[in-house]
Amino acid sequence: MATEVQQTMAVKAGETELADYRDFARCVHCGLCLNHCPTYRLWGREADSPRGRIRQMFLVDSGEMAMDATFVTHIDRCLDCRACETACPSGVEYGKLVELARGRIEREYRRTGMARLGREIFYRRLLPYPKRMAALGGLMRLAQRSGMQKLAQSTGLLKLMGLETRAELLPEIDRKFFSTETTRTFPARGVRRARVAFFAGCVARMTFSALNDATIRVLQANGCEVVVPEGQWCCGALAVHAGYRDVARELARRNLDVFFAGGDGFDAIVTNAAGCGSTMKEYGLLFGPESEDHERAKGFEDKLRDVTEFLDELGLTAPMQRVPLRATYQDSCHLLHGQKVREAPRRLIQAVKGVELVEMELSDQCCGSAGVYNVTQTETAMALLRKKMECVNATAAQVILTANPGCLLQLRAGAKLAGDGQEVLHVVELLDRAIEQERA
Amino acid sequence: MIAGLERIVGREQVLTKEEELRLYEYDGSVETGRPDCVVFPGNKSEVVEIARWSNRNGVPMVGRGAGTGLSGGALAREGGVQVVFSRMNRILAVDYENQRAVVEPGVVNLELSRAVARAGLQYAPDPSSQKSCTIGGNVSENAGGPHTLRYGVTTNHILGLEVVMPDGEMYRIGGAAVDAPGYDLVGLFVGSEGTLGLVVEITAKLTRLPESVKTLLAVFETTDDATETVVALTARGITPAACEMMDGWTIRVVESWIRAGLPTDAGALLLIEVDGPREAAEEQAAAVVETCRAHKAREVRTAKDEREREALWKARKNAFGAVGRVAPDCYVQDGVIPRTRLPETLRRIGEIGKRHGFEVGNIFHAGDGNLHPMLCFDRREPGTFERAMAAASEIIALCVELGGSITGEHGVGMEKDRLMPLLFSETDLELMKRVRSAFNPSGLLNPGKLFPVSKSCGEIRAPAMGRGPSEPIEGARNERVGSDAETRGGTQR
Repeated sequence: MATEVQQTMAVKAGETELADYRDFARCVHCGLCLNHCPTYRLWGREADSPRGRIRQMFLVDSGEMAMDATFVTHIDRCLDCRACETACPSGVEYGKLVELARGRIEREYRRTGMARLGREIFYRRLLPYPKRMAALGGLMRLAQRSGMQKLAQSTGLLKLMGLETRAELLPEIDRKFFSTETTRTFPARGVRRARVAFFAGCVARMTFSALNDATIRVLQANGCEVVVPEGQWCCGALAVHAGYRDVARELARRNLDVFFAGGDGFDAIVTNAAGCGSTMKEYGLLFGPESEDHERAKGFEDKLRDVTEFLDELGLTAPMQRVPLRATYQDSCHLLHGQKVREAPRRLIQAVKGVELVEMELSDQCCGSAGVYNVTQTETAMALLRKKMECVNATAAQVILTANPGCLLQLRAGAKLAGDGQEVLHVVELLDRAIEQERA
Repeated sequence: MIAGLERIVGREQVLTKEEELRLYEYDGSVETGRPDCVVFPGNKSEVVEIARWSNRNGVPMVGRGAGTGLSGGALAREGGVQVVFSRMNRILAVDYENQRAVVEPGVVNLELSRAVARAGLQYAPDPSSQKSCTIGGNVSENAGGPHTLRYGVTTNHILGLEVVMPDGEMYRIGGAAVDAPGYDLVGLFVGSEGTLGLVVEITAKLTRLPESVKTLLAVFETTDDATETVVALTARGITPAACEMMDGWTIRVVESWIRAGLPTDAGALLLIEVDGPREAAEEQAAAVVETCRAHKAREVRTAKDEREREALWKARKNAFGAVGRVAPDCYVQDGVIPRTRLPETLRRIGEIGKRHGFEVGNIFHAGDGNLHPMLCFDRREPGTFERAMAAASEIIALCVELGGSITGEHGVGMEKDRLMPLLFSETDLELMKRVRSAFNPSGLLNPGKLFPVSKSCGEIRAPAMGRGPSEPIEGARNERVGSDAETRGGTQR
């Protein structure tokens, strides 16, 4: 096992990463973003809209407004779904702005007791360390398997702690984690058409190892040699979204080392997690032009592909069987708004014969998952999920397809709590099913 | 005093802290006006109570929808209480058979169209900001949009209103049927820019979606050929659903960002849409093609499918945003001229630009002569700003000289109030003021709008997102470009 991320995570003295004036100046406050913002749609308040948040960030950065609890609340409530970027005619890079603002909040704002402690422990003491995360995963698994969680649920203990809905949102821990301890290579089936590196994620490898396996099978079946480089770890997305930019940088640097080790070129670095992909395609923002890692970061960005985008570009060649079902597709925000990939997953879905794709209303609106948002802002996340499920239910689809592990979790909870018991699958799981059936 | 408001709507629905109020001092325009408090009513009776409170306490009051307006109509120019309708956003009833809907003022324009689309209906006025702007705001500003040419502006689609007067009395005007007897008070209220009453309920007409829509792109070597074509279409009695023009400079800017497949070597293009029953639409499309060809169109393309059609409209509706990327500053004006004088006007606008050292970009509603000349520059270069403003003044003066108007659709608000004397004599304005006084005698409702403020020194200030220097502008609209949300000041009654 490669070494743990070195303990250089302390805030660097004097770090002052701020947004550029020109980034704010692009916003002409036209308001075209408003109705695309999930929180504005819920509450109708300027303070919880992209335009209003940009205004607040600018006022704080220019020293006209204090960085107080009110400001932090409105920035915390942002899902960072970036639907506003898609809506914006002026090309404001909102995601970048809000992530920088969060970075500044973490550097300068003192959160209250428990929130502060919880965040510090998770982002600084757990997330960067694969072994600690694995140990935590093991503990959670034990709790889930031993029935402790069920017990807590049935006795109303979770309800008492306000964790009832959260329990639904927590991932089930896999019996066996997806391994990256040694480099593994999976041969292409048939003629090799491409050689790709697979990015396995952090939490996903403990909770979505089946999805990772399926992704590799689908890639192989379509003529890809898949390499899972050892020593890779978290992409840093969770840390970027929470404002722990120094942590994110260390994590990102580690991936740059791992995926560029030995210099042997991959045709692409592939991920099945849109949220991770979106951050990894923006490593250049973590390592600006002044950084010695800038070149490598840009090179990494260029190689990175979401699995749906990659397969769509490559073209499906694996024989597939009919899978007769009625499905709807929920755009993963960080695929659609973050990476601007809309058609690729839809084309892949429609490549499977027998699948009837029924578009839901507002499929471009966040389901409320948004990384750890559903845990930190549960009430809002659940309100968004209920709205989402109304749209899903209206399609009468049996299967909800999406392109990101976080969305899968949230939608599974939705199907259980407010749905018609729909099955929730990643797009590659659908492909895997079609391919597997052919092989069987 | 604020406690009185809190008793009406609840503490949660009143904002008074400075950092909260600063988020309501702007809209889509370059104006600012900070309210002293912001209140979010949840229903009509709360609006009535708020109006009574304002009247009792002598506090100015101004309504606001989504804040996408382009002339500061919804801003609290003289402070006071801002009444924001974002919570009153329900579609109350839809009568499909009789094609009408009853909505609260905070309903988003596009959401109404979406809600009735399955029944083959739409709410026709389609300002470019339609995905955000509210119907209440549209009513106040008499909003238009590209399809105004055929379907008319907001006032042509409003049957009845429920309004709360500044003293807190509530009235119903118009009705569910077309052409209510008595004075056309609906006509008076629509486009009154929030100076007569607060609209709390709207009965709107729904229009059948056309059976067939054809979107054509005609490409020309010169702007003259394109504008001559528009004149010829009018002369032949062809009224397309929309007729938009983009000049060569704008085409290149837009295409470099949006990639809709526009010809970047062209001198100008027309985006023309015809609709109706299949045969009629085809017949019209053929006539349009013929007219374009007769005026030296080098190519006339018809969008093959909905996707291509959407791409063309996306290029049109997001054009100002794209132009905003070219230079840090860009001023878009909103003027009207008789469409028969388009060729001459564009030539003269080009000359004015050249004289001041600018290339003027043009993208506009050619069909109804509503111009949006754009001047792009960088204000950090000394003297550029002043030159841009001088050119802008000349262009607006030219519009008036040619028999046009100072605003086509963005409204007067607090931005062009002092330009009103260019169009109206003092006695004309006096009559309008008497109308305002009949409904809004105390002047507490939306003060400082529409009419020249006597103490004004004739300056419009242009703060960019509340920062940067405020510069005076002489005689022209100063818009830091972003949306082309259309709010029409009643050019097409």
